[in-house]
Amino acid sequence: MTFLSTIKAAALSAAMIVSVALPAAHADEQYFPLQSYRVGPYAAGGTGFFGGFIDYLNLINIRDGGVNGVKLTWDECETQYEVERGVECYERQKSHAGAAAWNPLSVGIAYAMIDRITADKVPLITVNHGRTDSTDGRVFPYVFPLLLNPYSETSGIVNYIAAKEGGIDKLKGKKIVVLYHGSPYGKETIPIYELLAQKYGFTVQQIEVPHPGNEQQSQWLTIRRAKPDFVVLRGWGVMNPVALKTAVKVGFPVDHIVGNVWSNSEEDVIPAGDAAKGYTAITTQASGNTYPVVQEIVKTVYGASKGNLEDKSRIGSVYHNLGIVNGILNVEAIRVAQEKFGHRTLTGDEVRWGFEHLKLDPAKVEALGAKDLFHSINVSWDNHEGEGYVTFQQWDGKKWNVVSDWIAPDWALLRPIIEKSAEAYAAEKGIKLRTADDANAVTTN
Amino acid sequence: MIADFDYQFFIEVLVGGLLSGVMYSLVAIGFVLIYKTSGVLNFAQGALLLFAALTFVSLVERGVPFALALVATFAIMVAIGIAIERTVLRPLTNKPPITLFMATLGLSYIIEGAAQLIWGTQVHGLDLGIEDVPLEVGGVLISQFDIFAAVVAAGMVLLLSLFFRYTRIGLSFRAVADDQFAALAVGLRLPLIWATVWAAAGLVALVAGLLWGARLGVQFSLSLVVLKALPVLVLGGFDSILGAIVGGLLIGASEKLAEVYIGDYFGGGIESWFAYVVALVFLLIRPSGLFGQKLVERV
Repeated sequence: MTFLSTIKAAALSAAMIVSVALPAAHADEQYFPLQSYRVGPYAAGGTGFFGGFIDYLNLINIRDGGVNGVKLTWDECETQYEVERGVECYERQKSHAGAAAWNPLSVGIAYAMIDRITADKVPLITVNHGRTDSTDGRVFPYVFPLLLNPYSETSGIVNYIAAKEGGIDKLKGKKIVVLYHGSPYGKETIPIYELLAQKYGFTVQQIEVPHPGNEQQSQWLTIRRAKPDFVVLRGWGVMNPVALKTAVKVGFPVDHIVGNVWSNSEEDVIPAGDAAKGYTAITTQASGNTYPVVQEIVKTVYGASKGNLEDKSRIGSVYHNLGIVNGILNVEAIRVAQEKFGHRTLTGDEVRWGFEHLKLDPAKVEALGAKDLFHSINVSWDNHEGEGYVTFQQWDGKKWNVVSDWIAPDWALLRPIIEKSAEAYAAEKGIKLRTADDANAVTTN
Repeated sequence: MIADFDYQFFIEVLVGGLLSGVMYSLVAIGFVLIYKTSGVLNFAQGALLLFAALTFVSLVERGVPFALALVATFAIMVAIGIAIERTVLRPLTNKPPITLFMATLGLSYIIEGAAQLIWGTQVHGLDLGIEDVPLEVGGVLISQFDIFAAVVAAGMVLLLSLFFRYTRIGLSFRAVADDQFAALAVGLRLPLIWATVWAAAGLVALVAGLLWGARLGVQFSLSLVVLKALPVLVLGGFDSILGAIVGGLLIGASEKLAEVYIGDYFGGGIESWFAYVVALVFLLIRPSGLFGQKLVERV
């Protein structure tokens, strides 16, 4: 961010504070409270994701005049990815009328908000992340880990490794090391890797890297001694480039490292330089700017000088495209809900109903200009993830290249585990399991 | 049992730890310089390191030649050092150490914010032209980059030692370090000395920033490397450059060996806090660190 743009951002923030201070929404507006992070250690991801999200909302406003005439509005509150700031932003922004959904892109902030948004009846979107059992809409009516929860990610990665080895039966006798970030996020998948190892007959060794992960010499020496067939990198932030550099340092082949969904961005590989060449990572949305919807954003939004990214070379980057896809999912959920409740400002509960009926098959995705950007989604009242497909991309030193077909995680295997965990949470918290009838009862004012 | 022990692996972990320790020492030296002459634990050293690396890489990315970018960044770091001395430390002269510490804590946030404000929030790769493919020495893999970093650290220690021992301003540093009031009484210009030492700390921040930046990428997390330097300082002593080096080596080696050999008994991921355990044990045995001066006060 340059000095001038900072002044501009400050002026915009001031205007936003005014808009927050005046909570009444116009009858034809739908509001998105954005708990963004544009400064601090994770600003690179935040600017990309929220940039893409805002670019898509702007596209809908400029090109279509909003969703069926309902204009989309938003304001940003800076969290610096800190939980207490995120909650502070929530308290500040929640009084604004017409809130459609919360999208904090932070596991910590999302966890802190679950009870609050459930009481407020406004959806909380945790695209590609969040707690796995929030997939179960019977227990978490307002939480949506859209496209991919951590268990599905694990299954997708194991299926990809199996495909590389020549089939699921070839996993028997193989060794996989999971190098994970020392945080609740990093530890979330420990049990599912153990379970898949038992099921498919491979051995798994899980090694923790303490936060922030800027030293990994001992972990990688341990890995070299273990001689695994593959290493799964479940990292975050600086841990990712350091992992790749240290792997090269100890002589481990980078093309046998598979990154998870938070180890798959340009920000993870560029700092590693040549060490990242050949590294592969999972994703739910392809990178690149050739997709029609991205092209339209360039033409319509950036053409009108309303683009959110200051550095235009980041258009089509992993985080920017994730923001665009997140924009598509939010906007289409509103569109679905509007068909049921009317072309007007919706309540949070009505938007929740829209998310629970969000079904975008490949044909619909193509119609939205996102063919091959992402595959499809099929959300229901009790499945809040929506069976997202994954693909794998490999870094060639300059850009990501897709190296696999769209792969389906093993949802049938995962569902009972998710339900068991969600039911335990419900028992602990005294939550009554929701039914389909409960899900259809919607608060309309 | 002992026959099964993999000595080669042990040496590999030990050497890797020692070389990592050198990187910690590089950061710790910046702290020592300031502490030695002004008694201030400069918590802003990590932010200075981030600022230096970000400035350098941003200049290079804008087409400034490598050498010119290096000189320009050094000049900027010197200017920042002098500005800190003039605007923050001088007005706080004779205030309690905790006040000065809090001032540097505040400074670290200001510098971090300014770095992002001026140069943006994107992460950058930094290639110093040193290949980081491992060298095999007697079956033990050693990082070429880490060897380079160790040589740079040794060079810097040598340079600083010569500077302190043989230059007029260096001798003034030592006089101030020994007794500020006595130094003032014999006519030494304290503000000039402090400004110079902050400039020297800026140089250390630049060197450490470039080496750490090449290792991690140039990004916000660079400022967190101070957390690696603190146990080194506790162990080696806050006012000894030699202590910073020895402390770095001990911390680096012990945390890596602990992670590999006893980490599993604690669920793994212990090296970040194990370094502080080692430092705490030393603190209990030798409160002034291995090489720190024992404080004797007249009461």
